Amino acid sequence: MPDGRPTPEQLLKQIEREEQKSRRGRLKVFLGYASGVGKSATMFEEGIRRRARGEDVVVGAVQARSSDEIQQLLLKHEIVPARNVDGRDVIDLQAILARHPQVVLIDGLAYENPPGSAHAYRWQDVSALIDAGISVITSVNLQYVGELQDEIAGITGKRTLDTVPKSFLEQADEIVITDVPAEESLGRMGSADEERSLSRLREMTMLLAAEVVERQLQTYLHAHGIEEIWGTQERILVCITPRSNARQVLESGKRNADRFHGELFAVYVRQPRLSSEDQTALEKNLTIAREIGAQVEMLEGPDSVEGLIRFARERGVTQIFIGHSKRRGWWNQLRGNPVERLIDAAEGIDVRVFPQEPSW
Amino acid sequence: MTESRDSHHSHGRLKVYLSYAAGAGKTYRMLEEAQYLREQGVDVVIGYFEPHKRADTIAKTEGLETVPRRKVEYRGTAFEEMDTEAILLRSPAVCLVDEFAHTNIPGSARSKRWEDVLALLEAGIDVWTTMNLQHLESLNDQVLQISGIRVRETVPDWVIKQASEVVMVDVTPDALINRLKRGAVYEPDKAEQALANFFKEQTLVALRELALRQAAHEVEARHTEIGPAAARSTDRILIHVTSDPATAMLIRRGHRVADYLQAECFAVYVCPVSDFANLPSGEREAVERHLNFARNLRIETRILNDENVAERLVEFARQQHVTQIFLAHPQSPVRTPRPRRELVSRILQLARDMQVIVVAERRSPGVPITAPDS
Repeated sequence: MPDGRPTPEQLLKQIEREEQKSRRGRLKVFLGYASGVGKSATMFEEGIRRRARGEDVVVGAVQARSSDEIQQLLLKHEIVPARNVDGRDVIDLQAILARHPQVVLIDGLAYENPPGSAHAYRWQDVSALIDAGISVITSVNLQYVGELQDEIAGITGKRTLDTVPKSFLEQADEIVITDVPAEESLGRMGSADEERSLSRLREMTMLLAAEVVERQLQTYLHAHGIEEIWGTQERILVCITPRSNARQVLESGKRNADRFHGELFAVYVRQPRLSSEDQTALEKNLTIAREIGAQVEMLEGPDSVEGLIRFARERGVTQIFIGHSKRRGWWNQLRGNPVERLIDAAEGIDVRVFPQEPSW
Repeated sequence: MTESRDSHHSHGRLKVYLSYAAGAGKTYRMLEEAQYLREQGVDVVIGYFEPHKRADTIAKTEGLETVPRRKVEYRGTAFEEMDTEAILLRSPAVCLVDEFAHTNIPGSARSKRWEDVLALLEAGIDVWTTMNLQHLESLNDQVLQISGIRVRETVPDWVIKQASEVVMVDVTPDALINRLKRGAVYEPDKAEQALANFFKEQTLVALRELALRQAAHEVEARHTEIGPAAARSTDRILIHVTSDPATAMLIRRGHRVADYLQAECFAVYVCPVSDFANLPSGEREAVERHLNFARNLRIETRILNDENVAERLVEFARQQHVTQIFLAHPQSPVRTPRPRRELVSRILQLARDMQVIVVAERRSPGVPITAPDS
């Protein structure tokens, strides 16, 4: 079990990774929720500032139909023009590699290359540039993220084939959102429906960026051997027992995890000698947990409270959900009420105790 | 009301530029957009601007009218504050106000700058302002845990809810640290101090994540409001107020959950003696401070009288159809007086028909718990 401290192998891997990284270029992504939010302008302005600081910057791709503002900014840049193949713009990979600048600006990451190109997608071209030690600054619209297509179609009614995988964005060294109110991205007063759609895309953009940042934070903490619960992201642990009314607790856990955009775990500590009746009830509860999308974990150990707390600390759990204890009387006096023992032990973690009987 | 008033809305609109640290570019962005507005012929003035000796930001104020600040003397030192009355007289269409969370010098008409802003909005003036999300009251504990710093100047969440627009001004911690090192944010000695404290990479990364999530929440709250009659939840939340210092944290947490669930929220103190005034003064003051704090966040407060605290609290919860009771975690067994541990245990036994949330202080070890200032 990881205790937060890296093993020698991990350290070695990390050093290799870092060495490899230092030879590789860096990837910086400007993420916006729609066209017209100003990603491109922000990117070209950054390019100009970098040039002023002495960095060797070129532009490797420009979007068709650029505004006057963009045209003005481009006057201050060196451009390696894209090639036009079958009416599509393709980055001139060979020319950029030959020119080998420190930084290349690629406006618009989500393009499908025409058949016969070296790579099927532009993001793969970008990957090749980074491998060659050239840093890339690029812009992308949330609506082109591959994994989000279903959700986006639900909002805008549109899908696209020119996509970028989310995993590629997650590997970015830096991701920055370009945010403006919905009304401004439209350039006019929108209808309530338009504004609502754009607001939802805005929210998704912020959350995607937060996810990437969370990964960076975890990597940083891990690399520095810092084991601390930051509680920036909510992580909810639902305790599963054979007899508990797990559906209610799990559904609440799911709702809370969704609302706070957090993670959900369902944990069962194995108990010896379950009756077949209990075994069936338990299986049912675990099935519900999986259906709901919780990460299901089985723990071993003589003391369930201890096991739960250890697991919770390892995973940075912020809230534990559990049903009210059913046992009364002599059992509690002998062993202590398990819910109360859990509360006592859970310093730094919230405990949410649920009614025995569903309240609705 | 004058005639010119009728040309814009009866109540001004508030726009907030949000970020997570000084130097992120909030003011710069606000001024840039104000310049654009001015070119369009809109009557926009600067009500308060904090130059911080940042040359590129100062350049962006060029051509914008500034309403002179008010000079105030306090304990022999001269201070300058925003001149709200002068802005009201000038009555522009849009007023720019930097540093929303600022606390005014004692003796000012209003103690907080956000109160000045509310007065401007009331008068029909649109206000654009800047704020870092760590000043949001409900994030206070999380910010302490991340940065080790208890932010003293806070803005209640309901005030931010008044904003018709929020904009996230995003920047990477790397870029921010570089700006600081280049001297673009603070003077050299202050920059060095900042780098050693608040501007540590992991602190900035965590604050940024917090800010992005909060901004997403603010955006969500706005589009669900304009959505088709958002179903209000059936949840009702009760926060148990005591004299314990952890109560401030408990109130913030309960309030935050209520906000997310769009649930109604009560803060309740059960007084074990018949007259509140007969409580030992230290305890009474602590309870009053906590109740005031809850009121300040616009939470309904109640004082009940009963020597059986747990029984009365749960009975009240049932009468009010409360679905969730929030209690403070009784810390470690050694440090917590027995009666309080027993109280949690008693409430758990009585309130088997509702959710009981035992909230733990998520502080890093060694950071003291503090009560709110007000």
